Amino acid sequence: MTDITAADLLADEMHDITVTVNGVTRSARVPARRLLSDFLRHDLRLTGTHVGCEHGVCGACTVLIDGAPARSCLMFAVQAQRHEIITVEGIGDSPETMNHVQRAFAECHGLQCGFCTPGFITTITAFLEENASPSEEEAREVVSGNLCRCTGYQNIVKSVLRAAELKRAETDVTEEQR
Amino acid sequence: MTTRQFGQPVQRREDPRLLTGGGRYLDDLGHSAYEVAFVRSPHAHARILDIDTDAAIDVDGVIAIYTHEDLPGSMGEPLPLLIPHPALHQPRTGYALAKDEVNHVGEAIVMVVATNRYVAEDACDRISVSYERLTPVVGIENARDGSDVVHAEFPDNVSAHLLQEVGDVETAMAGAPHTLTLDLHVERSACTPLEGKGVLAQWNSDDESLRLYSSTQTSTGVRAAVAAKLGLPLAKVECIAPDVGGGFGVKIMHPWPEEVLIPWAARNLNHDVKWTEDRREHFISSAHERGQEQQVTVGFDDEGRLLALDVKFWHDNGCYTPYGIIVPIITATQLLGPYKPGAYRVEFWSLFTNTVLVTPYRGAGRPQGCFAMERTMDAIARYLKIDRAEVRSRNFILPEEMPYDHGLMFQDGRPLKYDSGDFPASLAKLKALVGWDDFEDYRARAIAEGRRVGIGIGCYVEGTGVGPYEGGHIMVETNGRVNVATGLTTQGQGHYTSLAQIVADELGVPFENVHVTTGDTRRMGYAVGTFASRAAVMSGNAVALAARVVKAKALRIAADALEVSPDDLQIEDGVISVKGAPGTSIDLGTVAVMSNPLRYAFDEAAKKATQFAGTFDVDKPPIGDDDEPGLEGQDFYSPTQATFANGMHAAIVETDPVTAEIKILRYCVIHDCGNMINPLIVEGQIHGGVAQGVGGALYERMVYDESGQLLNASFMDFLMPYASEVPHVEADHLETPSPLNPLGIKGAGEAGTIPVSAVIASAIEDAEGFPITSMPISPPELWELRAAHAHDQSRKDAS
Repeated sequence: MTDITAADLLADEMHDITVTVNGVTRSARVPARRLLSDFLRHDLRLTGTHVGCEHGVCGACTVLIDGAPARSCLMFAVQAQRHEIITVEGIGDSPETMNHVQRAFAECHGLQCGFCTPGFITTITAFLEENASPSEEEAREVVSGNLCRCTGYQNIVKSVLRAAELKRAETDVTEEQR
Repeated sequence: MTTRQFGQPVQRREDPRLLTGGGRYLDDLGHSAYEVAFVRSPHAHARILDIDTDAAIDVDGVIAIYTHEDLPGSMGEPLPLLIPHPALHQPRTGYALAKDEVNHVGEAIVMVVATNRYVAEDACDRISVSYERLTPVVGIENARDGSDVVHAEFPDNVSAHLLQEVGDVETAMAGAPHTLTLDLHVERSACTPLEGKGVLAQWNSDDESLRLYSSTQTSTGVRAAVAAKLGLPLAKVECIAPDVGGGFGVKIMHPWPEEVLIPWAARNLNHDVKWTEDRREHFISSAHERGQEQQVTVGFDDEGRLLALDVKFWHDNGCYTPYGIIVPIITATQLLGPYKPGAYRVEFWSLFTNTVLVTPYRGAGRPQGCFAMERTMDAIARYLKIDRAEVRSRNFILPEEMPYDHGLMFQDGRPLKYDSGDFPASLAKLKALVGWDDFEDYRARAIAEGRRVGIGIGCYVEGTGVGPYEGGHIMVETNGRVNVATGLTTQGQGHYTSLAQIVADELGVPFENVHVTTGDTRRMGYAVGTFASRAAVMSGNAVALAARVVKAKALRIAADALEVSPDDLQIEDGVISVKGAPGTSIDLGTVAVMSNPLRYAFDEAAKKATQFAGTFDVDKPPIGDDDEPGLEGQDFYSPTQATFANGMHAAIVETDPVTAEIKILRYCVIHDCGNMINPLIVEGQIHGGVAQGVGGALYERMVYDESGQLLNASFMDFLMPYASEVPHVEADHLETPSPLNPLGIKGAGEAGTIPVSAVIASAIEDAEGFPITSMPISPPELWELRAAHAHDQSRKDAS
């Protein structure tokens, strides 16, 4: 039998937080120990973010925090206070609004069961902001922090390169319109 | 003219939904359900003396705590033995919650239901179980030795013993000019889908019905098992497989303890209850596979032709045998690959150990069998100094020998009879793709650069599409929408696309109009499940047959309306027209209206089918004697036997002369699954299969210590390959259609995984010059093998 410790009580202490999720400001009252992944999935019902290992290894729960990929299973919701979070739904939440990465995955058969996919989409979306023209080696490198059990990664690497192409084409069009 | 969809690399229609957060996996459902956590055994083998839950029941938010004592009637009986077999003479299954004894670390003992998982886990921490520890049996050697036993009533630890023999092995072996014996070992691994298991149960107390969602590979199987355990009429239970985040075999096993406990608790508590497996739970309480010790003795002639093959192997089945002996039966039969073995005898013992139970993992006994056979082929080649590909080709079953009956019984209780394949053609393609004949030049150049490289090869035959059956149901709505249902489930194979391609062609409707549902017992109550590379073969043909039924009905109704013979009609793009007179036509939606005579109109189109619309024959009943309302139909596909796919892989590896790091430089695949419905999907299956094979060859193993603790039960320690570890796969296809089914297809799901360990072992052996007999192999293991062989060599040189 384990005694209840002070740490247990603190874990349950409630906190008011305000975070921006997919461009919308959300306020909530959460226990200190509530994981960010659970907060997004079960409190905000944004279930596109998946949890595959609960300890930061598989990358399925990756979201963008102030634009940078982060494992939402390794953060508490309270740590997201005043930060800006983008989930896969914020990247494109319908077939019509898919971004270049999502479209590339559909074109290249970059997913099978789809469970790990949101973590790849967020990671690659952020990466292509930094590197618009990755080499194949760089494309493989950027997805080497996420686990996928279905695809063998080959079509994911292909999707990264295709997404970069689509993004460059979009940028060219935008610049022409200017 | 409609483009034929079959054979096209059609983009998957499920993808936009899955890519935009629209997937609905088990834990995405039931946000207001109670949640469950389990107290699981920390010991591999122990008697349970006492369970004290007093400190947990007062935890705020705890709803209920259950142990085995609380389980009434059949809930407290052992879980079902799914696949009995006469050779499984000492079967044993577990209980939903452990009764008196635990047999592996991770076995569920106490179930806690709480308002959420955090609270449920808090409560689990406050439950204390006292144990009397028993000696655990870990590993095949200890199980075989039998000095300690897993189940007291089975003192030899043997659950099953099976011997099959074709021809007279003793005589053939005695007469063989050469014989060799190989001892081979394959370690445990596991499916490890990214989504673990999970169950959500919704009890409706108003009509006493149960809706169950499970992350399963068989919703019909789970439904039947749960109805039986809970004593519910089947008609009051529905089971739905939502989006499933990978299966690879572990989710065909059923019912898992949680699959019966969660619905039972939901009914007890009259509240939705959910359990989502966490990663550690998946490692220690789902299933593993692959662990086998194998001994091959082979007799052969001067040309390397097999005269006799005598195989003995010992299979680690873990602590229980709910899935029977399917895995070792598959090893015993599929080991033969594309070869004629001469006289063949195979004998196996399936052994209990105090570890997680063993059920099929992608490949299901074939990777071990392929490893045994292909290591044997390499050993013969080495002994006779004949090219390894040449030895293989001398033993091939030839296309003109098809169908080829091995005289053995396969995993479906039916003959092991190959239906198709052209092994010489596959080998020729593989040699060309990998550059087999030019490899020695490449090796010489590599050696000159101080590099060590090797090439390996592996061939396999895979029985796919086993029965008993699958069904297809098709219903055309009045707006032309075509609803297709099949009962087997989907875990990423793209059935919503490939089955829609088949129906679009067969029915003559636009692909976009076809909507496929899988794994939902509300839509198709008769099904088996998704395993054994069977979905495309079984449900593909079932929906094709169903589409033919619906098409015939549509043409009959249209022929009446247009006053022509059905033979003069065609369907294209959802429109039925008279051949040669395209102006005379009627669309499928209108036929759907006409197929269902109405009293009440529900929309404009429906008015045409009402009783005063006035075009019918008053002498006939609105629905003919043998007819049914609605433009719908169903049919089932049930084959006499499995269809046999095949393939050959080759790899070039480099081993670091200093660190013994192993790098796959090239990986080539020739794959024959008959007619391909969608090459994009087939290639995806191959890529993923090879990646799992690479994991099994170089990285993945379940590390149990002598006390039965799984030391690497996390993704940090169990090394699943990332993109950085998986080679680029170069794949080419041969399509020899299966003569056994209307579409000429063979399964593709497991193919990529089967030969990888054999191929990589072959390549490492070629690079290093000494036998590789155990997989997976890590750099430290290779380094030690090098040291051992250098030592042996220096002793030989000295003497």
